[in-house]
Amino acid sequence: MSDLTMSRPEKPRVGLFVTCLVDLMRPSVGFAAVKLLEDAGCIVEAPVQTCCGQPAYNSGDRGTTRDLAQRMIETFQGFDYVVAPSGSCAGMIKKHYPELFEEDPNWRAKADALAVKTYELTSFLVDVLGVTQVDASFEGAVTYHDSCSGLRELGVKSQPRKLLASVKGLTLVEMNDSDVCCGFGGTFAVKYSDISGAIVDAKVKNIEASHAPTLLAGDLGCLMNMAGKLSRDGKPIEVRHVAEILASMTDEPAIGLAKDALRK
Amino acid sequence: MTVHTTSPQFKQNAARALHDPQLQKALNNVKQGFIDKRRAAADKLPEFEALRDSARDIKNHTLEHLDLYLEAYEEKVKASGGHVHFARNADEAREIILKICRDAGAKTVTKGKSMISEEIGINHHLEANGIRPVETDLGEYIIQLRNEMPSHIIAPAVHLNASQVEQDFRRVHTHLDAKRDLSEPVQLLSEARAVLRERFLAADVGITGANFLVAETGTSIIVTNEGNGDLTQILPRTHIVLASIEKLVPTLEDVSQLLRVLARSATGQEMSVYTTFSTGPRRSGDADGPENYHVVLIDNGRSAMLGTSFEEMLRCIRCGACMNHCPVYHAVGGHAYGWVYPGPMGAVLTPSLIGVDKAGHLPNASTFCGRCESVCPVRIPLPKLMRHWREREFERHLTPASVRSGLGLWGFVAKRPALYRLATRAAMATLGFAGRQRGRFSWLPLAKGWTKYRDFPAPQGETFQARWKRERNGRAA
Ligand code: SF4
Repeated sequence: MSDLTMSRPEKPRVGLFVTCLVDLMRPSVGFAAVKLLEDAGCIVEAPVQTCCGQPAYNSGDRGTTRDLAQRMIETFQGFDYVVAPSGSCAGMIKKHYPELFEEDPNWRAKADALAVKTYELTSFLVDVLGVTQVDASFEGAVTYHDSCSGLRELGVKSQPRKLLASVKGLTLVEMNDSDVCCGFGGTFAVKYSDISGAIVDAKVKNIEASHAPTLLAGDLGCLMNMAGKLSRDGKPIEVRHVAEILASMTDEPAIGLAKDALRK
Repeated sequence: MTVHTTSPQFKQNAARALHDPQLQKALNNVKQGFIDKRRAAADKLPEFEALRDSARDIKNHTLEHLDLYLEAYEEKVKASGGHVHFARNADEAREIILKICRDAGAKTVTKGKSMISEEIGINHHLEANGIRPVETDLGEYIIQLRNEMPSHIIAPAVHLNASQVEQDFRRVHTHLDAKRDLSEPVQLLSEARAVLRERFLAADVGITGANFLVAETGTSIIVTNEGNGDLTQILPRTHIVLASIEKLVPTLEDVSQLLRVLARSATGQEMSVYTTFSTGPRRSGDADGPENYHVVLIDNGRSAMLGTSFEEMLRCIRCGACMNHCPVYHAVGGHAYGWVYPGPMGAVLTPSLIGVDKAGHLPNASTFCGRCESVCPVRIPLPKLMRHWREREFERHLTPASVRSGLGLWGFVAKRPALYRLATRAAMATLGFAGRQRGRFSWLPLAKGWTKYRDFPAPQGETFQARWKRERNGRAA
């Protein structure tokens, strides 16, 4: 049924870390991730979950962060892999959980064990499963924004591009400074809104200059920031999570658009 | 007491900067110039990443044994005929420097570029005591005319455009022909050179900073591109080196490693134009050099960082790469940070030196994009250290109440999955329903900071977990 090229024969059991933003704002991204993982031969489960603690962590509240991290570790430790449709949330587990328990050997070991098997979605597909193409089509040009945590904490750069290259009808046009922050930064966007506004303004100019009618990225926070700015400025650029395109699940309106504004 | 800070007003400073068209124009140059040049220089040197590792290791080793290297350095300086003074804080440093200047009967002091001299506010102190300090680095000279602080640690006047400098020169250099042509940057440069030449010759004392101090030889090293540092330290009878204690490096071999990453990271040059080594005063037979050589070693908060998580910050070699690559710095420039050190390195260092109660905004005003860490030649984990400041603030209840209570509520809900499911389901259903017609909100209560500049995309309505339960329950298990 799918023409995925696989380098791993077994059926790994994957726990989907759906992330708060996808859970609450755009569940279709989660279902796109499930489809991609299942097409690649994984057994996917989404255990009952809440938040990985990143907002608390970045606000200096280590106590709350540890509580939430322990809960996450217990929820996900039984899976072969943990996969998130977000570089920032996967990075929280992979890079920051071990730091969080630096002085607690017992939890440190558990955090390390979870960290090594946690991946951002596209890097899991490409780097771990060896997927080289997806069964998807999308007519038109897209441009891709590299979200900061995925890029610099996890080295996610070539993986989404490799997969996008296999989407029928799609051309990728690189914007200038695709690897420069969009100004989201979680609570930063609200606490320092003037600065965040200026940074996303610069980002949107680069997006526009690419002339691609569609913008993709792998993190919903950044996507909502850029989509919100594009729509505020009246720019008719559609914004989607990369998983939606890779899974050919574009029935839902793009981010920030109403139901009747569907791309035909 | 160090120099006055406006860091507590960071937000207001930033807002002003964002609405300053001249500044915004100048900042555009930062974005373009430095980044490409650093990239090209790094790409040309295959061992660049390995050199960064060894630069980090050299500095770590030195910091671990700083007391020993300081002693060894002092011995060597003395042996070469120089004097070493230790200053615990800015006040002590200022008094030591003033005394040396008075003993030398100084009326005019020339200065090479030095961030530590900004930190201790030496210019104002000398002026207040009847001694005229003259900055000889072009950028420093310009901001001295404007009575400003540097806005960048290696390019102090980077916030200015040529036309602004022209106006300043016309205002101050009144002895020159009012109709002279200053439309080209090179004309500005040669005018500054001509004016400064007289000052060099009149100076009684020359003050420079130091990029490195070598324990093995007692040598101080400065790197410049204008050669002004050489004239500052060679022509006057007395040379004073100002350096904070973390400038120590064990050997000349170590320095050569650090120099290889410094200029490449800073300006993309393989080497700065001038790298000047000074060891003690002039010896008999030397063609030139000062008769008196003083080193003022300044602590001013550094030793308190040793042994804490902020010790890593003391590796900094002041290359400026972190601010050159920082989207926040690009947006607001250096003055918004409100004290001597701007950008990511300032966001970590400033709270250490003037207190997190005053500089608390700085480590918070970051998206944690990590670009600074990715270019830092000595691999300082700047975002991690900024986060450590946020943790200190949280522990000391300096985090704003609104943030605390918002997070507290989120944490409370997130620790209770059943409550989380219930609350998020209801909230998203409401938001999704309210936003279904336009697909976005242009105004939302509690999110005004967000909606001031951008719309808030409406959620799809049902949460992932609710739909998953509805569609998949029992199937996947
Ligand atoms: S923190 Fe690193 S990048 Fe920034 S000035 Fe210091 S050495 Fe350079």
